[in-house]
Amino acid sequence: MKLTIPEQELMCSGHLACQGCGATLAMRYALKALGKNTVLSIPACCWSVVDGPFPYTSLDVPIFHTAFETAASAASGMKAGLEMLGDDDVQVVAWAGDGGTFDIGIQALSGAAERNDNFIYICYDNEAYMNTGIQRSSATPWRSWTTTTPEKHPKETPKKDMVGIMAAHRIPYVATCSIAYPEDMIRKIKKAKEIKGCKFIHVFAPCPTGWRTAPENCVKLARLAVQTRVFPLYEITNGVDYKINIKPAKPRPVIEYLKPQGRFRHLTEQDVAQIQHTVDWEWERLMKRAAE
Amino acid sequence: MKKVIMGNHALSYGAMMARAQVIPAYPITPQTEVVGLLSELCADGLLDAKFIKVESEHSAMAAAIGASAVGARAFTATSAQGLALMHEMLHWAVGARLPVVLGNINRAMGPPWTIWTDQNDSLSQRDTGLIQFYCESNQEVLDTVIQAFKISENEKVLLPSMIVLDAFVLSHTSEVVDMPDQKLVDEYLPSYKARYRVHPSDPHSFGALTTPDAYYELRYKIERSMMEAKELIKKAGEEFGEVFGRKYGLIETYQTEDADFIIVASATVAGTARTVIDELRAQGQKVGLVRVRVFRPFPFQEIRQALKGAGKVVVIDRNISFGHSGIFFQEVKAGMYDQPDRPPIFGYIAGLGGRDVTPDTIKEIVADAKGKQKSEENIIWIGLKP
Amino acid sequence: MSEKIEIRGERDMPVNAMSLGLMTWNKTGSWRNLRPVIDYERCTGCMICWKFCPDACINIENERPVIDLDYCKGCGICVEECPKVAISVVKEE
Repeated sequence: MKLTIPEQELMCSGHLACQGCGATLAMRYALKALGKNTVLSIPACCWSVVDGPFPYTSLDVPIFHTAFETAASAASGMKAGLEMLGDDDVQVVAWAGDGGTFDIGIQALSGAAERNDNFIYICYDNEAYMNTGIQRSSATPWRSWTTTTPEKHPKETPKKDMVGIMAAHRIPYVATCSIAYPEDMIRKIKKAKEIKGCKFIHVFAPCPTGWRTAPENCVKLARLAVQTRVFPLYEITNGVDYKINIKPAKPRPVIEYLKPQGRFRHLTEQDVAQIQHTVDWEWERLMKRAAE
Repeated sequence: MKKVIMGNHALSYGAMMARAQVIPAYPITPQTEVVGLLSELCADGLLDAKFIKVESEHSAMAAAIGASAVGARAFTATSAQGLALMHEMLHWAVGARLPVVLGNINRAMGPPWTIWTDQNDSLSQRDTGLIQFYCESNQEVLDTVIQAFKISENEKVLLPSMIVLDAFVLSHTSEVVDMPDQKLVDEYLPSYKARYRVHPSDPHSFGALTTPDAYYELRYKIERSMMEAKELIKKAGEEFGEVFGRKYGLIETYQTEDADFIIVASATVAGTARTVIDELRAQGQKVGLVRVRVFRPFPFQEIRQALKGAGKVVVIDRNISFGHSGIFFQEVKAGMYDQPDRPPIFGYIAGLGGRDVTPDTIKEIVADAKGKQKSEENIIWIGLKP
Repeated sequence: MSEKIEIRGERDMPVNAMSLGLMTWNKTGSWRNLRPVIDYERCTGCMICWKFCPDACINIENERPVIDLDYCKGCGICVEECPKVAISVVKEE
């Protein structure tokens, strides 16, 4: 028997995540990469509930629960405090959802990135405010259903290019990961640990509840997102050097990814064609950048 | 050693002598000199601290909270709009029980844009659970930073403190300040040993979702700590006096023993009132002063004791709770409600948005109140241009 | 294994809502409608099911996966991901 990811578990059973939760897999893998010498700053997000109510926790690393927009700023303070106390080796990690990253927390994150504060920011992206009951965020894809973008009035704007925004800060390391590719994700987080400065990790973490799909589809959808090139896996060093980690030889059509999800069931053929077109165009753009 | 410094620098030197370890700050007029000097002191190696140039006041308090949560001593300073932006995180510092010390330069709130002083910014933070000190002099500002860390970090307290000084009137006014000896400060305020730390050596979650089953008790514990703080502020002020020769308490009284007329004021208005009292005393008027130094926890007992036997009391507020009255006035009145033979209490609003509160303003207040039998209005506007 | 913690009153509470134990007292197996069953004849011990379990409730025993039904929420990811189709589901009564 050969395990492809570390055996050590720093997340226990009994947590409060929904069945088939991608955000939980993201945490499980992240901690396997980070190890015990880690502290987390967690703002309002699914994980502020998943971890369990007072007086319990599901993790074997400390968590400082903080306000919605402060994952990065609290992490900056934690890192500075630990360094002042001689604990330079403790890895500080800000762990936030897409709402806390793309929307309300972007100012503090941009500040920390511009200062190149020495911590890892991990955004687990389930493409909407799931904890509050599926409201659209700026990470919600074009035409997706949420409770604030009903089928009759679906989202008219594309998903915000958060990775591009972070790369534009010229921080030393930005990477996308997927819970369907834990080995790749763990490698990237381990790599981030070795780099001094601000690191941004964007993890694609499906939410079966909010995506209106069966819980067993969680990993499958995350894998399809990579294989359809909806969510490519790549790394950016110093904001300019792009490296694509997985290039699907025969990319699957986006319909295969969209079809099992209730949030896309209202899409017309034309909508699907438009999505395919955008995905292909974005992929070409990414390929060009990686070739530079 | 004596030094002529501005009020803002008294805050910076206070933080330096308290050996603050993490200082996240964002600039706002009239606070800029506080963080300007601190960043210089850090860069010059005179202060061993991390200065984090955050992108907002909200992040300044969030970073101070993060630093405090891992066990470091954290300080920041702000004013007005900045304090309002911090508001959410002030609640957070209190609920997380983190002894952050914050300097606030009292500046009136916009709009319209203004940079001059009044107390509505800090008093709007009344119910956050912050300990609030209102200072009268630059010396007091510096001394209070040191005391505030000692009080806030006490295990019975573990609540943040805010040190408040008037914009320009104090922040930009230079005064002679006796700089305490660093060795003595270190003895008075040893380095911070946090009882709870966010640290991998003992992993816990802090501040998780808490049901109605426990939240209520946690709020009770904050209130109990506030009550402990009241005693510890007095103790810290007395101990400070023993070491440095300057004693501090919850309130300060001046000529109240035989006074039949007492002025209640805070911050620099109290300093002006003191000179007026000397003048009126010389004319044979038995006037006294109660300066409220600590607004939270509110010193009910001390104020009752000081106002006992007074024929009349006026409260001067450089702030206003719209639709009600001056905020110190409300507090003093509430505190006197169940007292036998309570004096009539008059509430005057003065100096909003930095309008000067001169000795003449205070004399006008005294004369006005002396001419009235009882207070019929909640607010008496002084110096209002009709 | 952490037990449920009895907090009678404020005296038992740390001031800052600090955790005192793990969530493992919370037997999430009761959430389950479908129970995964491993056919060990087919199982090759590749541990892909273990790898993708969001509830960290597939243990490794003698190089084989063993599902801890105290915690398994029955999401079915292991069933979906098993390359040998060695896991099936049965309805919980």
